[in-house]
Amino acid sequence: MESTANKKENTQIMEEKFAGKKGNKFWYLKGLRDGIPIAMGYFAVSFTLGITMKNTGITPLQGAIMSMTMLASAGQYAAITVIAAGSGYLEMVITTLIVNLRYLLMSCALSQKVDSKTGMGHRLAMSYCITDEIFGAASLVEEKLNPFYSYGMVTVACPGWTIGTFLGVALGTILPDRLSNAMGVALYGMFLAVIIPPARKDKVIACVVVLSMAASCVFSIVPGLKEISSGFRIIILTLIIAGIAAYVKPIAQTQGEEGKEHE
Amino acid sequence: MNNHYYLYLLAAVLAIYAVRALPMTLIRRDIKSPFIRSFLHYVPYVTLAVMTFPAILSATGSTLSAAVGFVTAVVLAYVDGNLFRVAIGACVMVYLAEFFCI
Repeated sequence: MESTANKKENTQIMEEKFAGKKGNKFWYLKGLRDGIPIAMGYFAVSFTLGITMKNTGITPLQGAIMSMTMLASAGQYAAITVIAAGSGYLEMVITTLIVNLRYLLMSCALSQKVDSKTGMGHRLAMSYCITDEIFGAASLVEEKLNPFYSYGMVTVACPGWTIGTFLGVALGTILPDRLSNAMGVALYGMFLAVIIPPARKDKVIACVVVLSMAASCVFSIVPGLKEISSGFRIIILTLIIAGIAAYVKPIAQTQGEEGKEHE
Repeated sequence: MNNHYYLYLLAAVLAIYAVRALPMTLIRRDIKSPFIRSFLHYVPYVTLAVMTFPAILSATGSTLSAAVGFVTAVVLAYVDGNLFRVAIGACVMVYLAEFFCI
């Protein structure tokens, strides 16, 4: 049994080796691979988003540009609604801020996930890559997050999202229902693949997951709570449940820094 | 609505990028507070769980096929955990469920 100090040293040496040998290329390629299911899910979802855009009078090119620049599902849906209603620019800004507020939390979490020495350029570029799915996969990484992992995923996922939107606007309902139905579940499947394996190893995370799903159910059924938009539901429940979990079961001081090799 | 469209889009893009980039660029150091560290540790699990359920149940053509997809994904994620295989497995089972049931 090694002493903690030794173990820490070993981990550090291993990390340096790792970064030197596999480093950016390794993470980029892993990102490309893990980006494939994300891209597939995106394709299906953005296709339906494209159909909505078409009904608003947005052209395929305009839709594709929006998807490439915003890279958000609910956020884009809200933006389309504002455009369709012909509301003001201020309203566009406020709506976009509110609907996408969860990215603020994800960005906070990722700021702790990257090496604190990560430069401004990487930070700005990684920020663009923050989507629900890419964030989910990035938080699975046990060591510090290499920016190239996000870049790899976005390299595949963004074209999936953009092309899907373009085709959705241009072609409408050409995809057979059964196929697009089946693809609709892909994103959720990925979410589950992100949260279930850690929940299996860690009882606290398991409780958090079950509690979150139950609370989310309550919020989708109970009148009054039901009217809260899904964006706000995510924010409220995240603040409450993650807050309670952090209060009741704080993680060990070392855990976040050294990954989860203690588990 | 061409010009207006891109002005609207610019407003939306700036807003959404600000939300994504501000914490990432402003929080440059490792946070020391155990509570905040723990909170951020739990954030992804709550967020993704809340987004998944019950939304997954209305992601397909019927609640039944969606439930099949949900159970498939949970089981696959439990025994395997590979993003790609879990996602594809759930899709295939939804496709089969809709093929046989509807």
